[in-house]
Amino acid sequence: MRITVDRELCCASGQCARIAPELFDQSDEDGTAVLLTTAALHASQLDDAREAAARCPSTALRLIAWNERNSA
Amino acid sequence: MSDTHPVPVPLPTERSCPFSPADGYRPLREQGITRLELPESPAGWLVTRHADARALLTDPRFSARQEGLVPPVPTELRYAAPAEPGAFSKTDEPTHSHYRKMLTGYFTVRRVRDMTPLIERITREQLDVLAAAGPGADLVKTFAEPIPARVMSEHLGVPEADREPLQRHVDALGKISSSVMDAYNAIVGLGEFFGAFIPEVIGNPGEDLVGDLVRGGRLDDKELTNMVSTLINGAFDTTGNMLGCGAFALLQHPDQLAVLRQSPELMDGAVEELLRYLSISQFGASRWALEDVEFGGRRIAKGEVVVVGLSAANRDPERFEDPDRLDVTRDDHGHLAFGHGVHQCLGQHLARATMAIAYRQLFDRFPDLRLAVPFEDVEMRDDHVHYGPRALPVTWTNDTRSPAR
Repeated sequence: MRITVDRELCCASGQCARIAPELFDQSDEDGTAVLLTTAALHASQLDDAREAAARCPSTALRLIAWNERNSA
Repeated sequence: MSDTHPVPVPLPTERSCPFSPADGYRPLREQGITRLELPESPAGWLVTRHADARALLTDPRFSARQEGLVPPVPTELRYAAPAEPGAFSKTDEPTHSHYRKMLTGYFTVRRVRDMTPLIERITREQLDVLAAAGPGADLVKTFAEPIPARVMSEHLGVPEADREPLQRHVDALGKISSSVMDAYNAIVGLGEFFGAFIPEVIGNPGEDLVGDLVRGGRLDDKELTNMVSTLINGAFDTTGNMLGCGAFALLQHPDQLAVLRQSPELMDGAVEELLRYLSISQFGASRWALEDVEFGGRRIAKGEVVVVGLSAANRDPERFEDPDRLDVTRDDHGHLAFGHGVHQCLGQHLARATMAIAYRQLFDRFPDLRLAVPFEDVEMRDDHVHYGPRALPVTWTNDTRSPAR
């Protein structure tokens, strides 16, 4: 699995950067989500990634198969 | 799809426990989405389940624009006009994001972490004020109210001398029992403040948030005023009441406070749990339907208002195990105390950090802090948008930083 961020949907709530700081940061300019890894997630990162996606208030985060094309 | 619309009931407001949502929410939550009686307005809808609340607050068919909203509880204060330019919290996309994204960079997790020394210093100073006032002092006036207001004032560049008058105006506008005259006076007071403050910053922009906005050159005076006003409104009353209400709840749950003392690393989780448990936005979040919408088995007509009972959703047994128990070890932070969707609280990370730092210092410095009055005598702000104790007299015998020791 890997994570995708829809920057159009992202409302810069920072939930992801709070829940999974090893996977997400926020842009200095407007606070929108910045992915720290676009690679396939380690098993140990999956729980945090799922939690961040579930908490995202603007449904901007998706977990997709690592080889799936980014639909956004 | 059920078309049988039950008789509308007013928003529940009576509480048998000061820490719990109004009692009337429980039976309504069991029914799902229910018909809501709105004062002097056509009936609306009430959402009380966690899943429904999340779905509604992310549904673009529902608007946050001020002109379609009505007060969910009886009050003389009604705002029927569209929000002024810059007052983004009462707008929809794309207007909302246009303004909000100029501010989000100032409230990121990282920016707030950099504010730790500021929050720590202000907390220390306010605890000195509490200590100087002596046992019996009011924790609301010395600690809960000033800490977040001073932090936000410094972040914005608002002079310290203006803070208390601003606090009073914000308070009057958030008080549903205010008269139209009270609200008018508060608006005039705010107008006088901004009438002096904004030109001053324009003439001499400082190294702070408002100074940056002015240098950015994208906003006129009116937009600047309304954006800064939105920030002050969102910061003073909210975190202040949460700090006071949370301190009250912890003092009344000594077992939970003991757990927190034993394991200080639980503080961040405890803050989440207090946010969930207390949900101080006591009249919820309101939206209105932009079109006819089928939602949660109901047909919501265009123009109808939906109130999302955040406090009820945060006690939903379908979402939280044993929801009515305050448990600082709870490892589930899916609460909706900051709302949900694109309007979710802009200052939420600052609120969290302020609470964690303030509680840590408070209970470290005064390890035997306790109420100075009987529990039943603590009066709550049941007539304010943001709920909390009106005053919280506390006492102690041990001040670990007392200069006398």
